[in-house]
Amino acid sequence: MKIICNGEEMVAKEGETLEEFILGLQLNPATVVVECDGRIVLRDEYTQITLSEGVVLELIRFVGGG
Amino acid sequence: MISVNERPYQFKFGTTVSTLAKEVKPEADIYIVNGFPVNGEALLSDEDNCWLIRRGEMPAAEEMERLLYARHTPGVHDRIKSSSVGIMGLGGLGSVVALALARIGVGHLLLVDFDLVDPSNLNRQNYFVDQVGMKKTEALRINLGRVNPYLKIETLDVVLTEQSIPTVFANVDVLVECFDGAEMKAAALRCALTVLKGKPFVGASGVAGYGDNNQIITSRIRAGVYLVGDRETAARPGEGLMAPRVGIAAHHQANQILRLLLNEA
Repeated sequence: MKIICNGEEMVAKEGETLEEFILGLQLNPATVVVECDGRIVLRDEYTQITLSEGVVLELIRFVGGG
Repeated sequence: MISVNERPYQFKFGTTVSTLAKEVKPEADIYIVNGFPVNGEALLSDEDNCWLIRRGEMPAAEEMERLLYARHTPGVHDRIKSSSVGIMGLGGLGSVVALALARIGVGHLLLVDFDLVDPSNLNRQNYFVDQVGMKKTEALRINLGRVNPYLKIETLDVVLTEQSIPTVFANVDVLVECFDGAEMKAAALRCALTVLKGKPFVGASGVAGYGDNNQIITSRIRAGVYLVGDRETAARPGEGLMAPRVGIAAHHQANQILRLLLNEA
């Protein structure tokens, strides 16, 4: 299943949740802000949203230190 | 016409600095003309900028005000004096951002952190060795007060959460994310893009180590929402946080805040 992530075409597994997709990118979901089809996703929705064909994601990932 | 302590003053040619001091401020024991210390015999000339100071004396609120007025473009001082900025986290970013804002005279600061000053903070944060063990909120209030005692500084010694941020900072003009942990950085941006949508926001990510200066950049994420840093260099063993690079990022943040307050962004 093809999706768009940060402007690039990527492949997501059928039935994959947003949380699982982010984990698959080797990122900690708690450190990533997600916009899904133009809407900012709340933190407790990461496990509830199932990705579908053609969905457009924007991920902003944070690293520690300050 | 000369200026004396940032006030215009009509003088007679041939007047010495000590004569001027007798007229204007007899208790002064330090004379500075055009940025250089001089003795009392120095002659004044037109357009000189004079400071007559008594050693150790605290400038009055009004004098401090004139000083900032004189340093800033007209209109700028009034704008920033009436502005409020909220800072989340008072570490290497937050304590440095706060000092820069205090120096330019941002009138209201809301400073929030739960932590104490510890010795490992001193390599980059605006605290002093005799403040180890103090609450950061308290130590920073003292340090900013030594720069400008006339600012309104509010502090809150709490652990912020994604739920509490919108309430705590409901009334600030600009919200600044200076957390250490990546999870709270993400949480803060999520607040800025949802519940606090429309409130100007300046966050940071990727400030560790001593990599290239110019990888630290300020990016506009959305209208009024900015992120500073190289976005990659995490603090980890072997790549610590150090005053120079964290300081570059903190001052990127401070300047972006100023630009937002002045509607330049």
